[in-house]
Amino acid sequence: MDAVNKEKVISVDKLVKRFGDFTAVNEITFDVYKGEIFGFLGANGAGKTTAIRMLCGLSTPTGGAASVAGLDVYKQAEQIKRNIGYMSQKFSLYDDLTVKENIRLFAGIYGLSRKVIKEKSEKILKELGLEKEADTLAGSLPLGWKQKLAFSISIFHEPKIVFLDEPTGGVDPITRRQFWEMIYNAAHEGITIFVTTHYMDEAEYCNRVTIMVDGQIAALDSPKALKEQYKSASMDEVFYQLARKATRKGD
Amino acid sequence: MSAITVEHITKTYAQGNAKKTKVVALNDISFSVEQGQLFGLIGPDGAGKTSLFRILTTVLLADKGNAAVDGLDVVKDYRKIRNIVGYMPGRFSLYQDLTVEENLNFFATIFHTTVKKNYDLIHDIYIQIEPFKKRKAGALSGGMKQKLALCCALIHKPKVLFLDEPTTGVDPVSRRDFWDIIARLKAQDITILVSTPYMDEANRCEKIALIQTGRILSVSTPAKIIEEFGHSLFAVRSNDMYGLLQSLKQNSSIEQSYPFGAYYHVIPKKGFSDTDLVQYLETNGHTEIEVKAIKPDIEDSFIDLMKQNA
Amino acid sequence: MKQLFSFVRKEFYHIFRDKRTMIMLLGMPVIQLILFGFAVTNEIRNSSIAILDKSNDIATQKITERFRASKYFNVKEVLHSESDIQNAFRSGKVKMVVVFPQNFNNDLSHTNSAQIQLIADASDLNTATTLINYASNIIMEYQSTILDADIPYRINTNIRMLYNPQLRSAYDFVPGVMGLILMLISAMMTSVAIVKEKELGTMEILLVSPIKPFLIIISKVIPYLILSLINILSVLLLSVFLLNVPVAGSVWLLMGESTLFIITSLSLGITISTVTQSQQAAMLISLMGLMLPTILLSGFIFPIDNLPYLLRLLSNIVPVRWYIGIVRSVMIKGTGFGTVMNETIILIGFTVVFILISLRRFKIRLE
Repeated sequence: MDAVNKEKVISVDKLVKRFGDFTAVNEITFDVYKGEIFGFLGANGAGKTTAIRMLCGLSTPTGGAASVAGLDVYKQAEQIKRNIGYMSQKFSLYDDLTVKENIRLFAGIYGLSRKVIKEKSEKILKELGLEKEADTLAGSLPLGWKQKLAFSISIFHEPKIVFLDEPTGGVDPITRRQFWEMIYNAAHEGITIFVTTHYMDEAEYCNRVTIMVDGQIAALDSPKALKEQYKSASMDEVFYQLARKATRKGD
Repeated sequence: MSAITVEHITKTYAQGNAKKTKVVALNDISFSVEQGQLFGLIGPDGAGKTSLFRILTTVLLADKGNAAVDGLDVVKDYRKIRNIVGYMPGRFSLYQDLTVEENLNFFATIFHTTVKKNYDLIHDIYIQIEPFKKRKAGALSGGMKQKLALCCALIHKPKVLFLDEPTTGVDPVSRRDFWDIIARLKAQDITILVSTPYMDEANRCEKIALIQTGRILSVSTPAKIIEEFGHSLFAVRSNDMYGLLQSLKQNSSIEQSYPFGAYYHVIPKKGFSDTDLVQYLETNGHTEIEVKAIKPDIEDSFIDLMKQNA
Repeated sequence: MKQLFSFVRKEFYHIFRDKRTMIMLLGMPVIQLILFGFAVTNEIRNSSIAILDKSNDIATQKITERFRASKYFNVKEVLHSESDIQNAFRSGKVKMVVVFPQNFNNDLSHTNSAQIQLIADASDLNTATTLINYASNIIMEYQSTILDADIPYRINTNIRMLYNPQLRSAYDFVPGVMGLILMLISAMMTSVAIVKEKELGTMEILLVSPIKPFLIIISKVIPYLILSLINILSVLLLSVFLLNVPVAGSVWLLMGESTLFIITSLSLGITISTVTQSQQAAMLISLMGLMLPTILLSGFIFPIDNLPYLLRLLSNIVPVRWYIGIVRSVMIKGTGFGTVMNETIILIGFTVVFILISLRRFKIRLE
């Protein structure tokens, strides 16, 4: 992978989230550097989603500290939302709007001017090969194209960090790789990528990977180092070794 | 007699505003599954897996073609088929506000049986969720829900079991557990048809059909499909993976290169050897180069077949 | 049979465990209670009245005494002129005004007859009627004290009901409320329950099982049938024993007609479920398509005769309109089956139509 710029874009220090007497996230600490592809793995119920929501400014932590793009997650949550990109498997685009309308909508939400939107739209459509589909409803696009478009839209406003929540779920193998090539390009241009996935081979594409188990960080290192540490041939094996020990089985 | 036969099944949907556009979900699909076989239907979203399952379980009518389950026609004998199959549909579809116990008892009664009667069939699975038996199904984790759904589908000792994407959205550890369970079911002589988008799970099936946008790309055992991969394949690494991708794409002696986990997979043109590749990369300033010839994975085959069928 | 029982039990679980549904089902009877409670009053005491005495003679004074002494009345004001009457009512200070004309005793002595005018605020018709009755009694009592075997003194009461030209009684609301609630529970909740199964995906599993699809529907309907019957029963019990509003006609006839209407509503609910794919749509259709016409066109609030011709025609296809008619007849006027036979046949007709439509549209498969 690329030599990574040592500027920190995400800084997390003993972050905690409690729901009543249930501690979903239990003092996690890590940093993410500019231009890094940072993989965030863990079983369902391990606390991944809760942690991401805190970093996106969608949920207030119960304890600890964190800053995203230099903004404090407690006091500047609204500003964080304006400075990041986000894309998830469950929701990416409005099915009943056309491709162009979707681009305009989301770009408008992030405050880009009409002129900029027009120029960049043309550029994206060309890169994705969607020029002919500009006026097609997003809902009738095949899943893979939708996800690629959604990714482009999520970085349209050139945020410092983009959060991707299982972006390639169910997508065919070829499109999945095209998607990751887009991610590589974005990282190369300095956008930090924070991605979660259930595809263990995708974990290999990351500069560094974190595995959450029972609300805590059980591992944090490059895929290569983790495989050496756990004497495994693949990230799948590493994950299996760590996640098996989990006591928390609930959602 | 095959447990499942599919002959030239075609299914089209109307979509979009005013339902004007037509989407072909299944396009002339044919294959068969033998008694007691563990058969995998491998393909991404939109491949047509769910439509096919619905046709086979008789809740959807195909536009063209025939299909039979245990010798019974899916259209004419749908009532009989509904008595002998177990079905686990795509999304978790049990009653969220009923407890584990209540769900199980309900489905047992619907199938004119009791939990006790076929308990040994589900025993291995049920003991894993038994501690939660009084918990509402909606409050279980993804992996637990799938196990419960499987129990409910098995409770009446079906002849044929249809599992539609049972491991989707579930973490890798639970996925492995689930496949261990399915493998053990084989011993009960139940025919199992499973669909999944995860290529690595293909290896756990006796026979597989690769399906993409309504078309079957190949039907065979995993081993044979890999054998039919007609190219040499290298796995390649270097110190600069991003730069490596660019270098590979610029080389005209390389047919294809794509990311594949920790390595790139490279399909060389005839005559381009691994040593040639190493040399090329060294010339381009790469270090820590690793190039090795490998056997293809199901995923490599899938990608190859997709490209052939495009 | 065991299947059906298991199914119905599951449906009851769904109902009892869904907070929103429970609130609605429990809330309905409470709403009914409140509406009943306020709509119907029994004993009235210490009602404020005013007296306009234009004669001020010994007869009027004696009668006024009786009014003052009565536990039912509280003579709040003594008015001095006709123009005061409107103000007294408008200010809400009094519910009835007793008007003695000039020369009351003279007329009584010399012509053996006189008139007293009783003016009541009929916006609450129940209360007004009751007060009029009490007042008439008082006047009768006085009359009996001056009556002589030879002289047939007669005091006539001239009654005026203000603010309610059509004499709409609060009783009129009760049938409407009953019809509305029955229909909401039966039609809306049934359709939502059926569609919920489709929406959640559990319908798929149910179809791929030995259970016959129509049994699935029946099992959805039974809990709401039971709940609606309980509801009707509780309303009737409440009205008879707690509020002393009797059922003027046959209770059995009323229960029978109500059961028929419940079945009509249930079949309507099933029909709705065959045309919708989502719970939201089912609720929307039920609310917009059922509740609005019910409130506006069924005679619930606006008398049907007062509706413009087109709307009157439209009201004929609102099933609840016929039910309200039946309840009014049987419960309040006390008529028998013969009077409501036409309406009954119409309701049966509706039921048959709904069931036929449902059967036709019923799908043994998805899509």
